[in-house]
Amino acid sequence: MELKDKIKAIIPQAVFSETGELVVTLLPDDFRRVAETLRHDKEEPMDYLRDIVGMDWGDALGALYYLESTVTYRRITLKTSTADREQPFLPSVCDLWKTAEIKEREVYDFFGIRFLNNPDMRRIYLREDWKGYPLRKDYDMDSNPLDLDNEVNSDTTEEYYLNSDGTIKGHENTVFDRDAFVVNIGPQHPSTHGVLRMRVSLQGETICKVDPILGYIHRGIEKLNEGLTYPQTLAFTDRLDYLSAHQNRHALCMCIEKAAGIEISERAQYIRTIMDELQRIDSHLLFYSCLVMDMGGLTPFFYGFREREMILDIFEGTTGGRLIQNYNMIGGVQADLHPDFQKKVKAFIKHLRSVIKDYHDIFTGNVIATTRLKGVGVLSREDVISLGATGGTGRASGWANDVRKHHPYALYDKVDFREITYTEGDSFARYMVRMDEIMESCKIIEQLIDNIPEGEYRVKTKAIIKLPEGVFSSSVETSRGEFCVVLESHGDKYPYRLHYRSTGLPLVHAMDTACRGTKIADLIAIGGTLDFVIPDIDR
Amino acid sequence: MTLDYYNLEPLLMYIHTSLCGVMPEWLALTLEGVVVGVIILLLYVILAIVMIYMERKVCAAFQCRIGPNRVGGKGGLLQVPADVLKMLTKEIIKLKNADNFLYNLAPFLVILASVLTFSCLPWNKGGEILHMNIGIFFILAVSSIGILGILLAGWSSNSKYSLIGAMRSGAMIISYELSIGICVLTMVVMSGTMDIQMIVSNQANGWNIFKGHIPAIAAFIIYLIAGNAEANRGPFDLAEAEQELTAGYHTEYSGLHFGFFYLAEYLNLFITAGIATTLFLGGWMPLHIAGLEGFNAVMDYIPGVVWFLGKTFFIVFLLMWIRWTFPRLRIDQVLTLEWKYLMPTSLVVLLLMTVCKIYGLTF
Repeated sequence: MELKDKIKAIIPQAVFSETGELVVTLLPDDFRRVAETLRHDKEEPMDYLRDIVGMDWGDALGALYYLESTVTYRRITLKTSTADREQPFLPSVCDLWKTAEIKEREVYDFFGIRFLNNPDMRRIYLREDWKGYPLRKDYDMDSNPLDLDNEVNSDTTEEYYLNSDGTIKGHENTVFDRDAFVVNIGPQHPSTHGVLRMRVSLQGETICKVDPILGYIHRGIEKLNEGLTYPQTLAFTDRLDYLSAHQNRHALCMCIEKAAGIEISERAQYIRTIMDELQRIDSHLLFYSCLVMDMGGLTPFFYGFREREMILDIFEGTTGGRLIQNYNMIGGVQADLHPDFQKKVKAFIKHLRSVIKDYHDIFTGNVIATTRLKGVGVLSREDVISLGATGGTGRASGWANDVRKHHPYALYDKVDFREITYTEGDSFARYMVRMDEIMESCKIIEQLIDNIPEGEYRVKTKAIIKLPEGVFSSSVETSRGEFCVVLESHGDKYPYRLHYRSTGLPLVHAMDTACRGTKIADLIAIGGTLDFVIPDIDR
Repeated sequence: MTLDYYNLEPLLMYIHTSLCGVMPEWLALTLEGVVVGVIILLLYVILAIVMIYMERKVCAAFQCRIGPNRVGGKGGLLQVPADVLKMLTKEIIKLKNADNFLYNLAPFLVILASVLTFSCLPWNKGGEILHMNIGIFFILAVSSIGILGILLAGWSSNSKYSLIGAMRSGAMIISYELSIGICVLTMVVMSGTMDIQMIVSNQANGWNIFKGHIPAIAAFIIYLIAGNAEANRGPFDLAEAEQELTAGYHTEYSGLHFGFFYLAEYLNLFITAGIATTLFLGGWMPLHIAGLEGFNAVMDYIPGVVWFLGKTFFIVFLLMWIRWTFPRLRIDQVLTLEWKYLMPTSLVVLLLMTVCKIYGLTF
């Protein structure tokens, strides 16, 4: 264990988990040193912070940091905590990983842990006048009656830092200056793809700063999960990123199966993989439609929807659902494939291959489209890694981050497909990545569709599923990036904590970096190419 | 010339003289003015309804859809009148912090500009409504009033979206007016007159686009692009870019006030096409091919107004085709296109046309 040795060399008293995934428990001060060392390692920099998961263990508040190296793709989890429940402070890592800026806000919002040196410690999902921290175990559920007053957004935010004498001081940072021309976009806006709200300061038509304000569709899914049995928690995953409904649920099922030691049948693996890829095509077709419509081309919008409808019909035949399918179950899938499934899928792929040229004819080669997309909203490779912008957005900037390739699950190690990467990092590259991925998904499905083995589609599981104690996680490549489930079990039939890595949160966070200096029209186009889905961000 | 079959002038003169026979001339003139005014406004509304219906059907065809098909029989013929009725019943909302006088004035300025320009179109031989020897000049002047309405609407609404939309529109329309002006000037140079009826009758022996060959075709294309921008239509609809600014300068308008903007937008499209028809495609002149006498004679039997409407709707169709195919431009690209490409090109075209004219190279 090379990573273990590395950490032991710095902090000899670090505690390593005995079983399961490698989790390193550290004191807050040691944690910061380990994080710095791992981040700046020469051969294997842990430069991608997958997620920060806040936790309340009763006696301590803390967080799990999921790290991955973009060179070797090895993963490690750091864990740190503070026993102070009144004034919990942890060191911020937002100077090492930019994505921590927004993820630490999430932890602060739910657990009240303040991060030293994070410049922006506002609430993120809840109202600014919210009382208490809802994911703490001692949170009083009656403490926040429905508030119908208008929420006023403050233009300042607090930053905390450690003084040289060991005391903690705070000072105010400004979000928007008093004389900035701030335009509000959303939450009710034709092209924010849901109830996203952004405050944008402008200089003429040029964007100076984008400040996303989230939480308009926050349903507290992570809190709700703590009171549900494992099979019940499944229902929420489809309602996160509804264009990756199947893949999200796949991740949670995989995680629970892994923890419970359930082995699923080969047939179920085939079905899950094919459904994942159909879902990906579905999502990318919608991406095309919406991007084109955001840019004012209304005709191609219908092209994408025409083909997407065929996929939804296929879904409906087998699962009964169109947008939200509720198909994956612990131990397999809910029902066997429809007898027509293979025939319809093959016909669909044949049809899609014949019409995809129209898509490119009307939009990809159009001079207006290319001038509006090329060179606009450039994110460098360092940017996307630091921001944790996975999926097509990362791959467009040259970061090979496909979970299917680097941490294969289901049948992805058995099929042959290409990981699409571009190096430009602009809107056009992000668009092309998705268009090419449609074809790759077709290829994957074609390799599988004729070879689905006979067998049971679902293995029998116990009526009440209890997971052993421990922290479990699993990740999948959804239509728009890495979706990750983190599950802490204390041996009950309910999860102690169930956290989802939002694929869209880093993408929304990337808006500010990508949009500065561009025009308002570009903001919409960049938002379209980043391709986020709001219910997945707000959870 | 057999064209006089459909000349409206003798009929109109007959009406005028018989009216003068029973009443003093000033009363006859006033009465005629009122009647013509009512006809213009009716025509304006009817054409708008036709255009909206056409747009919905054309766009549906491009988008693999059927379009309106329920209200009023199979073709959905009554859909647009029903929408108009709905619009008429909507409340006109008063804004709290808006500049009420300017806010209410703006839609009238827009519609005024549109109606005035509309009145100058040559419908038929002897069928022009406003006839003056500087007709082209008049058109260029009154069509510019519209932008004032748009700017006022954006400013007085007290909304940031409206303001940005109005500024975009202002920057764009004022820029593109240059190209339009120069293109129109090119054709004035060719025809040697600013009188609209004269420009049309000069095309009796061939449409300008054929007579003026290369410079005329170039001017025609530039005019169509710039005219599309003037009418605020896609790919130049960034003033009301729905995806960015919800509805741009008319975000805050409701009911009939919004209806005025909507109406003017469609009629401006018709006017743009109508002027293009007048300047380049021979107005109400039938298509003649030299040498085919029989064919020409048949063409002459089609009334001028049919020719005019046919050509105009053909251009309207072209513009709709463009709108429903292209994505929207960005404001800096719109201005670059005008100032770096269209305007210099149109100046060159004007020069070319002048040279052609001087050396007698036009037909």
